[in-house]
Amino acid sequence: MITLNHYLLLSAILFCIGLYGALSKKNAIAILICIELMLNAVNINLVAFTKFLTPGDLTGQIFAIFVIVVAACEIAVGLAIIIAIYRDRSSVDVENLDWLKW
Amino acid sequence: MELHVIAFWLIAFVTLGSALAVVFLTNIVHSALALILTFLGIAGLYLTLNADFLAAVQVLVYAGAVSILIVFGIMLITRGDGRMADTNIFGKYKYTAAIVITAFLGVLSHYIIKTPWQMGTAALSENTMGDIAELLFSDYVIPFELAAILLTVAMVGAIVIAREVKNPK
Repeated sequence: MITLNHYLLLSAILFCIGLYGALSKKNAIAILICIELMLNAVNINLVAFTKFLTPGDLTGQIFAIFVIVVAACEIAVGLAIIIAIYRDRSSVDVENLDWLKW
Repeated sequence: MELHVIAFWLIAFVTLGSALAVVFLTNIVHSALALILTFLGIAGLYLTLNADFLAAVQVLVYAGAVSILIVFGIMLITRGDGRMADTNIFGKYKYTAAIVITAFLGVLSHYIIKTPWQMGTAALSENTMGDIAELLFSDYVIPFELAAILLTVAMVGAIVIAREVKNPK
């Protein structure tokens, strides 16, 4: 029998994989990819809550749709910023982005 | 063993395996391809959760649009020598991050298992697409319109930021 805990643990593991990549990668695009993994893990949580905690009320799925909308905006703007940085620096290595150092 | 139990474990295995591949492959194109597999696996999880509309949205938006956007981004950003090997390597916080994430996962799973969830008893919605449409155009009509404005603003902003600069410096 698959219970709510299975889905929550799966999404927790997926979130942690994404967070690990976001914290440890050098390439800015890889960090964006890992943030997408984290947002997807949150969506699994929302949909699992809809099925197990509030069946008949689809508010969780509506929220998942809004998360998907915001994630699509985030990836578009994030990639645009990375492309602008690449044009300026010819590199997307986040350890080289040090404009705030003096 | 019932069919949906087998389906859950199979999809969970594929999803987590490809998510690990996203993080641990060192060629960023391979990471992006593994990411598409992860998105498809999550769409399969939505199907096991009776969320057929969200599964379709997941395939369209993530496995379709977002992954194409990422692949295009990778195409536009090449290194000087043009090789793709070692484009997705770890930085200097590899081990620190691993320790932090292990602790975080421990805390998360502890609270997931300890929390007494109040299971709902109502019947599952049979027609999710119709019910979502009704909710979106009644209770959530203002967030829905705001999401549309946010998408427009983000797309225009992305074009403005990424556009070629006419007179640099």
